[in-house]
Amino acid sequence: MALNKEFVGRVFGPGEPYEVSRVKIAEFADAIGEPSELCRDKAAAQRAGYPDVIAPPTLAIVIAMASTASMHSEPGLGLDYSMVVHGEESFSHSRPLHAGDVVVATTTVESIRAVGAMSMLVTSTDISTTDGEHVCTAKSTLVERGK
Amino acid sequence: MTVKYADVEPGTEIPGKSYRATRLDLVKYCGASGDFNVIHWSERLARSVGLPGVIAHGMYTMAQAGKFVTEWAGDPGAVLEFGVRFSGMVPVPDDDQGATIEVSGKVSEKLGDNKVAVDIVARSGDTKVLTRSRAVVRLP
Repeated sequence: MALNKEFVGRVFGPGEPYEVSRVKIAEFADAIGEPSELCRDKAAAQRAGYPDVIAPPTLAIVIAMASTASMHSEPGLGLDYSMVVHGEESFSHSRPLHAGDVVVATTTVESIRAVGAMSMLVTSTDISTTDGEHVCTAKSTLVERGK
Repeated sequence: MTVKYADVEPGTEIPGKSYRATRLDLVKYCGASGDFNVIHWSERLARSVGLPGVIAHGMYTMAQAGKFVTEWAGDPGAVLEFGVRFSGMVPVPDDDQGATIEVSGKVSEKLGDNKVAVDIVARSGDTKVLTRSRAVVRLP
């Protein structure tokens, strides 16, 4: 099913604030095998100049996905998530996420286009603190494979 | 021992590394990331949507490439920009070995202000699984 192009330009969020915790950072670092003590040891992170333990750069996807999930499940979009593979992803960080950050995410649908039997959905998610400081922009291209 | 800005030039190679992805790794990544797409944990459902079997999250593969860069830089906070194109799937067999993701890279540009651009390639078996992958990293 083709995706609904009327979603282009729509903005989702900001959603509920997301609090970045030491536990989540350590869990994510463990899951990807990132060995750095800067993800686990507050004193080591502070010696390196950070306020608290820092997230690996791709942890931002957790917050971005939470922001896009509500859009993906909108029946009007027509997305079959089991047919989705990831096409491209990029992160642009103003600084690393750290434990104690309270952030909100806002997702904009940048484009929807059909390539043969596939649909490409491009979104951009801005992640900023609740004080308005930009932390990261995550840009995703999802590909819905044709049936 | 971490690399320094003064020590690298365009063309400086980053020693390649090999990372493993087993079914357990994918389950852990499902839980840590919140991405429970069935294609990453159910052979039956993955096949029912036309895949060869369970495949790794693209973001798991990207995270391995990210780790390759952050280990080289010695600081997970050193990565300012990071973008990849997912050019191939990483099928993960249900055995003890799982799949192997080979990551290599080189410095492509010195950008000033202690920032360098790094071009990254990731392969699994004969397939390039990440292409057009580039990170901008701040080095000491």
